[in-house]
Amino acid sequence: MSPTDGATSSGVGEPLLTVRGLRKSFGDNTVLRSVDLTVERGRVLALIGPSGSGKTTALRCLNGLETADGGTITVGDDVRLDFASAPSPRALATLRDCSAMVFQHYNLFPHKTVLENVLEGPVVVQRRPVADVTREALGLLERVGLSEKRDAYPFELSGGQQQRVGIVRALALRPRLLLFDEPTSALDPELVGDVLGLIKELALEGWTMVIVTHELQFAREVAHEVAFVDGGTIVEHGDPAQVLRAPQHERTQQFLRRLLHPF
Amino acid sequence: MNETWELFASSFWPIASGAITGTIPLAIVSFVIGLVLALVLALMRLSRHAWAAGTARAYISLVRGTPLLVQLFLVFFGLPSVGVVIDPWPSAIAAFSINVGGYAAEVIRAAILSVPKGQWEAAYMIGMSRRLALRRIILPQAARVSVPPLSNTFISLVKDTSLASVVLVTELFRNAQEIAAFSGEFMLVYLEAALVYWVVCLVLSAGQTRIETRLDRYVAH
Repeated sequence: MSPTDGATSSGVGEPLLTVRGLRKSFGDNTVLRSVDLTVERGRVLALIGPSGSGKTTALRCLNGLETADGGTITVGDDVRLDFASAPSPRALATLRDCSAMVFQHYNLFPHKTVLENVLEGPVVVQRRPVADVTREALGLLERVGLSEKRDAYPFELSGGQQQRVGIVRALALRPRLLLFDEPTSALDPELVGDVLGLIKELALEGWTMVIVTHELQFAREVAHEVAFVDGGTIVEHGDPAQVLRAPQHERTQQFLRRLLHPF
Repeated sequence: MNETWELFASSFWPIASGAITGTIPLAIVSFVIGLVLALVLALMRLSRHAWAAGTARAYISLVRGTPLLVQLFLVFFGLPSVGVVIDPWPSAIAAFSINVGGYAAEVIRAAILSVPKGQWEAAYMIGMSRRLALRRIILPQAARVSVPPLSNTFISLVKDTSLASVVLVTELFRNAQEIAAFSGEFMLVYLEAALVYWVVCLVLSAGQTRIETRLDRYVAH
C-alpha cells in the first residue's frame, strides 16, 4: 500500500504537520516548554534526546494520547487545533484520525488474532467494507512476511513479529502521518534489524513519519531531518548528517558523546 | 438402618427438586441481574464524575457492610410496612441481586483496572471512543481476569439462597426443613441437604474450569 497523503509529485515540500509552541505539564512537572516542528509531506523526522526530555510526550500529543496545554497542531490544510482552550472530544478525534502510532511495547490486542488486530480499526471504527479491508490487510501481512500467522494470537509471536503486526495495524488505518515511539527499544538485538528495515522501506515509499528513536545509525540513514529534544524543547534540528556528526549545541554534543562512548 | 435408608431415599427427590426448581433458578436469575448492576456500579466508580463515583461507593459500602439476612428482611418484611408488598420470589431475587451487585462491582472494577493502560491507548489510537474501547478491547480482557473471583461470588450465592427459606420461598433448604420437622430425623435430612448443595457446587466448579480454559486460549501458558 502506498501512502494516501504522501509523496505525490505536487505534495512534496508542502508542510503536512506543523506544530507551534506546544506546551504540556503534568502537575508541577513541565514536560514540554515550547515545541515547534514542521514535517513536509513524504519526509521523515527523527526525534532524539535523553530520556525524560519530552520527545515521547511530544509524539503522544500529535495523536491526542496526551492533550497539550498550549500551542497549535496543524495537519494539512483542514485540521488545526489550538490548545489555548481545551479541545472538544470531536476536535481531538479529527486530530487522531490523521495519524497512526506504533508503540514501543506493541500494544497489540491479546484477545484478538493477528488479522483481527489489523481489521479492528478499519472495520469497526472506520466502517470500511470487510472484504476490501481483509484483502488489503492480508496483502500487508504478506509483505511483512506474516501471512501464515494471520490466525495466531499475539502471545504466539516473537517481539519482532508483534512489532511488524503493530506497523501493519497502523498502515491499515490509512493515516496521513505515521508516528513511531521507540519502535525497537523493547526488541531483542537480533530482531531490531527486521523492524528497522521495514520502517526504512516505508520511508522510501514516501510515508510521512515522525520517529522517536535511540538508533542513531538508523536516524542518519532514514530521516530527512533530525531534531534533538532536551528539557522540553527542540535544542537543535537540521540535516541528520549535520546534527549527528557536527552538532552545534553543547547539550547535543554531550548527549551524542554519551551515546557513542557509554563507558 | 433400613428405615434410615428409606427416609434418605424418599426425601432425596423433594430436596433435589427444591434445588432444581428453587435454588438454582433463584441463584442464576439473581446473579445475572446482579452482574448487570455490578457492571454499572463498576463503571460509575471509575467515572470522572464525582457524584457517580460517590454514589457507587456508598452503595457498595452499604451492601458489604450489612448482613444479607437483614437485607432480605428489609425487602420482605420491611417494605410492606411502608406500603410496598412484594411476593417471596421477587423479594428474594431483589435482595440477592442487590447483594451480588455490591460484591461483584468491586471484582469487575479491579478487573478493568488490571488491563494495561497501553490497551486503552491502542484502542484510542485506532480511533475508538471510550465506550467502544471498553466494549471491544477492555471488557473482553477484564472478563478473563474476573472469572475466578466471580465464580466464587456465584458459589457463595448458591449457598446463600438457603436464606430465602425464611421468606417462604420453596427451595432446597425449605423442603429439607419441612421433611426434618415432620420426620424428626434432623441429622440425616440436613446432611442430605448439605450433600445436595455440595454436588451443585461441584458441578459449578467444573463449569468455571471450562470457562477459564476457553477464555485462556489467547494467553501464554
